[in-house]
Amino acid sequence: MSISRRRFLGWLGAAGVGTTLGRSAHAAGNTLFTGYPDSLGVLFDVTRCIGCRKCEEACNKVNELPAPPKPFSELAVMERRRRTDAKTYTVVNRYENAPGAKGPLYRKIQCNHCLEPACASACFVRAFAKNSNGAVTYDESVCVGCRYCMIACPFEIPAYEYDKAFTPRIMKCTFCHPRLIKGQLPGCVEICPAEALTFGKRRNLLKIARERIGLFPGRYIDHIYGETEMGGTAWLTISGVPFRDLGMREDLGTTAAPELTKGALSVVPVVASMWPVLLTGVYAISQRRDKIAREEQAAAVATAVAKAQSEAKAKLTEAMAKAEKDKKAAIDKEVKKALEEATRAKAQESAAATAAAPEKKPS
Amino acid sequence: MPERKIVIQKPALTPFNVVAGIIVVVGLVITVIRFTQGLGATTNLSDYNPWGIWIGFDLLVGVALAAGGYVTSAACYIFGLKRFHSAVRPAILTGFLGYALVVLALHYDVGRPWRLPYPFIVQSGTTSLLFEVAACVALYLTVLFIEFTPAALEWLGLKRARSIVTKLTLVLTIFGVVLSTLHQSSLGALFLIAPSKLHPLWYSPYLALYFFVSSIVAGLSMVIFEGSLAHKHFHDKMDAEHLREADGVALGFAKAASWVLAGYFIMKVIGMAQTNAWGYLGSGYGLWFLVEMLGFVLLPCYFYAIGAREKNLKIIRRTAAWTVLGIVVNRFNVGLVAFNYHLPSSERYFPHWMEIGISVFVVTIGILVYRFIVTHMPILYAHPDYDAH
Repeated sequence: MSISRRRFLGWLGAAGVGTTLGRSAHAAGNTLFTGYPDSLGVLFDVTRCIGCRKCEEACNKVNELPAPPKPFSELAVMERRRRTDAKTYTVVNRYENAPGAKGPLYRKIQCNHCLEPACASACFVRAFAKNSNGAVTYDESVCVGCRYCMIACPFEIPAYEYDKAFTPRIMKCTFCHPRLIKGQLPGCVEICPAEALTFGKRRNLLKIARERIGLFPGRYIDHIYGETEMGGTAWLTISGVPFRDLGMREDLGTTAAPELTKGALSVVPVVASMWPVLLTGVYAISQRRDKIAREEQAAAVATAVAKAQSEAKAKLTEAMAKAEKDKKAAIDKEVKKALEEATRAKAQESAAATAAAPEKKPS
Repeated sequence: MPERKIVIQKPALTPFNVVAGIIVVVGLVITVIRFTQGLGATTNLSDYNPWGIWIGFDLLVGVALAAGGYVTSAACYIFGLKRFHSAVRPAILTGFLGYALVVLALHYDVGRPWRLPYPFIVQSGTTSLLFEVAACVALYLTVLFIEFTPAALEWLGLKRARSIVTKLTLVLTIFGVVLSTLHQSSLGALFLIAPSKLHPLWYSPYLALYFFVSSIVAGLSMVIFEGSLAHKHFHDKMDAEHLREADGVALGFAKAASWVLAGYFIMKVIGMAQTNAWGYLGSGYGLWFLVEMLGFVLLPCYFYAIGAREKNLKIIRRTAAWTVLGIVVNRFNVGLVAFNYHLPSSERYFPHWMEIGISVFVVTIGILVYRFIVTHMPILYAHPDYDAH
């Protein structure tokens, strides 16, 4: 079977697509990661947005989301501050009376597709993936529904299908990942009539943003929101008014989410390896302390007993010696007494004999 | 104790049983609603507030208050404080029940509870602090179960199995301390990823340390608190050793809790200095933070010390109850009150009555199972056929 040109190109295309699919971010790794090279992004220019809600409509259509109660042509919904929810991947909010602005301003909200996403770092089943094309996608087939990604996301983007009892999913903008693979633009970018959304490689978008700020310094704030926020995002925003006046947080910092938990995670091997050693040591010490205490007690008892015994023995010996001595002395005394008596008796006897002899002589 | 088996039949319809029965029935009804209608029908959770009291109370508070198991067994078996031996079994039992109930409550909270083993069998997200929590809680629940089995095996009369398990005591205790250190701290570290959402007075790089150290206080206080409740209701189940040691346990634990609370307070001050959050003390949140720090940390620290010095069990028991409340306050503050502080009040969370209903239901189940076990198994007394291990 020969390989046709068409088939070969098909394989090549599949291989190319394969590289863009499901590659997870190596969060909290030990290598410097500054985003996938040539990854894509969108530059949103607040000064150009006219608040027509066409992007919302296109998003709803291409992602086959349920139709909202009010049609997308209804602009009054913008009187309320809205956010993304389980049926809406993107919303445009209106900001009246922003200082320095001539009229109302509009800001589009959707997933910013962080370079190092907090949701992906937080997910304990790796349901989120940072694809090499820049899209952060979600795999509902493994999701447990713990909603930690919603806690973690600094932009408050992921929403949850709370009303579903059996198959609730996290819902969020996919950067139209399936369309990107097919070579199509994201739905919102494609429809935008005001060219408020510019699609391209992120590094080129940063250049374009700087050019616009440089060309019209009076029109723009000198900051590209998303260039460094939370370690950088694929979606970038430039504006003529401070970002806080558009409901965007300026206190997020430049630290990527995985960095925030790296320290706590690095403690795990320390605890898991040090604690058993230390605790076994503490156990051994307390055992030894008990053992030594027991031994010391036993030794003290033994010494006391020995001392008492030797004392008793000494006393006994002494008593015995004394008794012996007394006995001897008594014997001596008796002997002496007997001897003395014997001597005395003898003397008396001889004296009596001497006295009797002259009496016998005259007779 | 054979003579203890003679118990006067109490009437089944005591006020406690009636109230518990009503709670269980209501809980079962809510359970049906939760698993047929979903989280939306039973909770006030929203896209801004993905975690409510089923996490803030059932998980964060539940795990902290179940710390008595590792604290007591470590004190007795590792640090060799054998005078606390009679307190180990009740503490292990309440620890085991606590963790079992945490896992039960999580089934209500997560969207697809039948997938709870997925992080271990399908795909592991090891960069997540929640993975660490899940892994350690699952393993520690197993450890607590094995540590608890001697009581059940004595009750069932399985002597050989019991003697095998008791040989594992030291290994299990060390493993338990390792796992507890990891997940107690990770529960605090869960919030490290969201510095923009947690109020600066509560957000700190030391969050993990705070949660771990306060869990020691929680464990010590819970043992004293449970002990005083057990004395009230299960006095007839206690043997001479338990009764002789009980006061010593309370005094020793009070002294330890006082020291740990003092250390915790100092850590908090150092943490404040590091994040330089002093400026927030003047705000409304600052006032509430001071209530927590002074009212629920320094105050019990002082009263524990007084109680231990004067050997006043009444003070110690009241302080223990107050400290347990303080742990609840702290975990609620981190998980619910100070979380999402930046949102307008209309977007803030307040629990649905059914969420409270499930939390009360879960606690009630715990009390009922505890009562069944201490009235049937050798928990508060040593089984006469076995030596203390």
